[in-house]
This record gives sequence, C-alpha cells and structure tokens, in this order.
Amino acid sequence: MTDSLDFEKPLRQLEERIARLVKSGSQKPSVQETIRKSKARLAELEAEIYGNLTPWQRTQLARHPQRPSMSDYVNALMTDFIELHGDRLFKDDQAILGGFALFAGRPVMVIGQEKGKTLKDRMRRNFGMPNPEGYRKALRLMKLAEKFHRPIITFIDTPGAYPGIEAEQRGQAEAIARNLMVMARLRVPTLAVITGEGGSGGALALAVSDRVIMLEHAIYSVISPEGCAAILWNDASKASEAASALKMTSFDLKELGLIDDIVLEPLGGAHRDMATMVTHLHHTLDKHLQELESLSPDELLSRREAKYRRMSVHAPSVSNRASTAN
Amino acid sequence: MGWFTRTKEKEEDKFKNLEGLWVKCPACRAIIYKKEVERCWKVCPKCDYHFPLSVEERIDLLADPGSFEEWDRELMPADPLKFVDSRPYVDRLRDAQAKTGRSEALVSGECRLAGNRIALGIFDFQFMGGSMGCVVGEKICRAIDRAIDFCIPYLLVTTSGGARMQEGTLSLMQMARTASALARLHEVGLPYVVVLTDPTFGGVTASVAMLGDVILAEPKALIGFAGPRVIEQTIKQRLPDGFQRAEFLLEHGMIDRIVPRKDLKTTLGVLLTYLTPSKAPIPS
Repeated sequence: MTDSLDFEKPLRQLEERIARLVKSGSQKPSVQETIRKSKARLAELEAEIYGNLTPWQRTQLARHPQRPSMSDYVNALMTDFIELHGDRLFKDDQAILGGFALFAGRPVMVIGQEKGKTLKDRMRRNFGMPNPEGYRKALRLMKLAEKFHRPIITFIDTPGAYPGIEAEQRGQAEAIARNLMVMARLRVPTLAVITGEGGSGGALALAVSDRVIMLEHAIYSVISPEGCAAILWNDASKASEAASALKMTSFDLKELGLIDDIVLEPLGGAHRDMATMVTHLHHTLDKHLQELESLSPDELLSRREAKYRRMSVHAPSVSNRASTAN
Repeated sequence: MGWFTRTKEKEEDKFKNLEGLWVKCPACRAIIYKKEVERCWKVCPKCDYHFPLSVEERIDLLADPGSFEEWDRELMPADPLKFVDSRPYVDRLRDAQAKTGRSEALVSGECRLAGNRIALGIFDFQFMGGSMGCVVGEKICRAIDRAIDFCIPYLLVTTSGGARMQEGTLSLMQMARTASALARLHEVGLPYVVVLTDPTFGGVTASVAMLGDVILAEPKALIGFAGPRVIEQTIKQRLPDGFQRAEFLLEHGMIDRIVPRKDLKTTLGVLLTYLTPSKAPIPS
C-alpha cells in the first residue's frame, strides 16, 4: 500500500471506488459503464494533478516515504556492489553508503546518502543526515576511485548535514568544505544524481561534479522551505510559498544553468513505477558517462571549473576577467 | 544563515546607541571612555571583549597606511530569482546598500601588510548579515585569480550568517565555485590565510572559511556550521557553555590559533614570511 499525499487524496478515493465496483463482480452494463467512465476520469485526473505539481507538492514527492533510496538504485542499476566502510579517522557513518560496483559493464565508485526504509533502519542511518565522518568516508572513497581511475557516481538524498553538538566538534563545516575543494579537482569523471532531497551544503558536499542530474521531482536548495519560511517569513507554515520562491525544482535549476540534465519520472513519481524510473536513469547515466570518458583528465578539470565559474548572476554581467579565467 | 542578523544587530546597537563619550561593554557591563575603546581597536580594556569592527576599521587594522586599493567595486547584485518573502529582495538590497554605502557584503582588494603585498577580502556583517550570494562569490574568485596572476597570498577575514537565501541554489553554488578557485590557489603553492571573526556560520564556514593553510580566530568569536538555535531545536537540549566559541574550536583542533586583535597584524606578518616561498611559484 502506498502512502498517499494530501493532494493525491482525490485519486485514491476514485481508485478505491473503482476497486469496489470491480470487486462486486457485477456484470450489469450500467456498472461496467461506470467502471469504464471512472477509469477514464482517473486518467484525466492523474494527468491534471501530476502535470501541474506546485514546488511544494514536488517537495512532498521528493520526501515521499516510499521514494526509492540509494540502495534501491544501486541494486537496480548496478551489479557486484561491494560496500566499503569507514573514514579511517573516527567511525563508519551509516548515513552514507559507498563502494565499487559494475555499471553498464564498467567498474565505478558509487557513493550516496541512504535514508533507510524501516523506522529502525532510518534511525540507524540518521534519516540520511551525515555527520563529518560520513563526508570523510565519501572523500576517502573518492580519492580511492581517483587512484584507480574509476568514474564516481554519487546519489544525493538528504535533508542536510546533521546539526548536532558532536558534528560541530568534529568539524562538520571543515568536512563539507574539504569535499567541495577536492571534488573540484578529481581527475576522473564525476556524475551526481539528486534523487530526492538536495539539502544545502550536506548535498553539495557530494555534488561538485562534471554532470549534475536531477530526477524530475527532486529538489535542490540552499535551505529547506520550512527553514527559509521560519527565518524570512517568521512563520514555518509559509513553507509552500518559500518552496516556490527558492526556485528549487529540477526545471527551475536547469533553466538557471545550475544542473545539467533532468530524468523524467513515471506518472506520480519514481516510487510508482521503479522499473520505468530505472530504465530512464540507466540511459541518462550511461550517456553522460560515455561523453565524459572520452575526455582527458585535464579536459575534465578545466570544463568542470569553467562550468562552476559560470554559476553567478550579477551586474555588470560581462567581464574580461571572468571570460579569461581559464 | 540569516538568523544571526537580529541578535548581532542588537549588539551593534549597544555600541551605536551610546553616541556620547562613554560606552557600555556588552560583556562585562563596564562603562568605558569611548576614546579608550577606540584606541585599542574596539576591545574592552576591562574584559577583553572584542566589539565588532567595520570594514574600514578592519582595513586600518591590517593594511599598511594608504596601501589598500579596492577591486571589483562596480560589481552589483542582481535578483536572479525575483525573490519576494515578507519583502522583496531588491528592497532588502537597497536598504543594505543605503545602510553600508557599499554594493555588497564583501570588500575585496589588495594592500601591503607589514610590507607584504597581499590580496585581501573582508566580509561586512552589516550588509545582510555578511551573507554570500553571487557577487561575494564572484569577488572571491576574481581575487584568487589576481592573487595567482600577481603571485601574492590571499587573506580573508570572515563574518557571515552563511549563504544568502534570497539567491537560492545560486548562492549554494558559491560554496562550490570559491572552493574550486581555492583549489587552484593551493595547487600553485600560494598561501591562503583565514581570520574568523564573530560570527561566522553556515555556507561560509563550510567553504572558504575552513580551507585556509592557516586559520586564525578572534577571541570568543562564534564559529560553526549550524546555528545554535537550529542545533537546540534538533537535539532538544541546552548547548554547553562556550559551545562554538573560538576557544571551543581551538580545543577541538579546528583552528590554528586564537589571536587578540592587538596582535593580529604582527601575527599575520610573521606567518606571511613563513608561508611565502623563497622562490616564486609558477602559475599554471
């Protein structure tokens, strides 16, 4: 049974009505006609609701409890995954998973946040909110991949880096900052996929990449809509307004030039039809990897740097310096 | 991010409100002769409390007299998202510009520090909480380009609530692009020194502030990733005394030294001689 979101209630009600009619086994032409009409209405309604999602509705889909997680994608897209643990400094952060795997015949390093499935699992994984040791594990695995010339694919789905006393003591900010700087210069192809929530610095710390790809309903933002509403509106219930203002959907970010590609989701979201989702994602990942694999490490680096260098909107927009930066 | 603005402004007001001859130290509540506070770089002579410095005062403190030349003054913020919360972003920008007399939250330039030619960046907390948007990011990137061109060290003095929410994910990207520019600076072997001042938080701490070859902090400065209020709400506990103060960071190995303001220039001068290579590096 799928958890249903508020805006999906009309769909669930209609589905239940159809199910009741079908279950009744009645062969009366009038009943059959109602079933046929209701099914048509359901399709219409689905197209209408999912075709006009607001940013806040997308946020809810991005956080959907049934939304596929990193381990689902690794299992469905890759084979021979071998998990590697630990940052060699403090501990093994369960909020971040990583290891080697085979993707479309080639060895890759795959790293990402894992939110977990059951309540127990979610608690063990700290709901996908890494501590500094998680980012340092990710960094260690990225350097390992670089040493053996393996492309790196990261899966991002986190509310953000964990805000806790110990996280501050162990340098949450330093861990994130170092990842940004090291990722900017990794001499292997890097691909980041934002699958659900791209929560601020905690997401960016795995996403300074040659290609940043978002699933259609994923979000990627400097702050959560609730946090933004609490600060700027003084009212956390204005999250829906904040979600629109922050321009955090895949389509907004593509238009702003901050991400490179969008993978469309099946109607109703990735969790409704994982097989279709995986087919689309496989195709997109393979396409980008093939393009990147044809570039030399020096070319990768200069293109990556130039790409990020362009991510600024200011006046005057044209500058001699910026254009000759490389 | 922005949540620091309010408490900080109150502190600043305490200094401003006493426009007369005397000021009250917000830490020890001593009433001090204002000229005396100003004479020692706005440090309380009784309890060593460091009052906030304006950008101009910071330049006076660090740069050899008359040596500072500003860069990229003409860069102006845009409103890429057409952001409106309880007020439009453009209005907030206009107010900040009127209040500070500058276009953005970072002043960038070059100067001599104890004779060393350096590139210098100073955050202005009075401008929207020193938040980092595109212009701040761009000024830092350009300063690093020039530091590489001129083969000079880069010194950054931080005070910031973090990334600027009103520029959305674009402001998040400033963390990536400044870190990327710093990677090049490190690769060519030029020194990068950070001075953390009160307060430094969020996306600024989690990018430029923590990537220095040497990281200094002013006494008692609040420095962290997540704001104390967010942490308290998350863990539902009171935070320990001294949490996220410079002394806490020093104890946990996150910074190199705490330097009182009166010694800051001398310390930086000594460090720069140790960090400047005897043979000039070749830019890539």
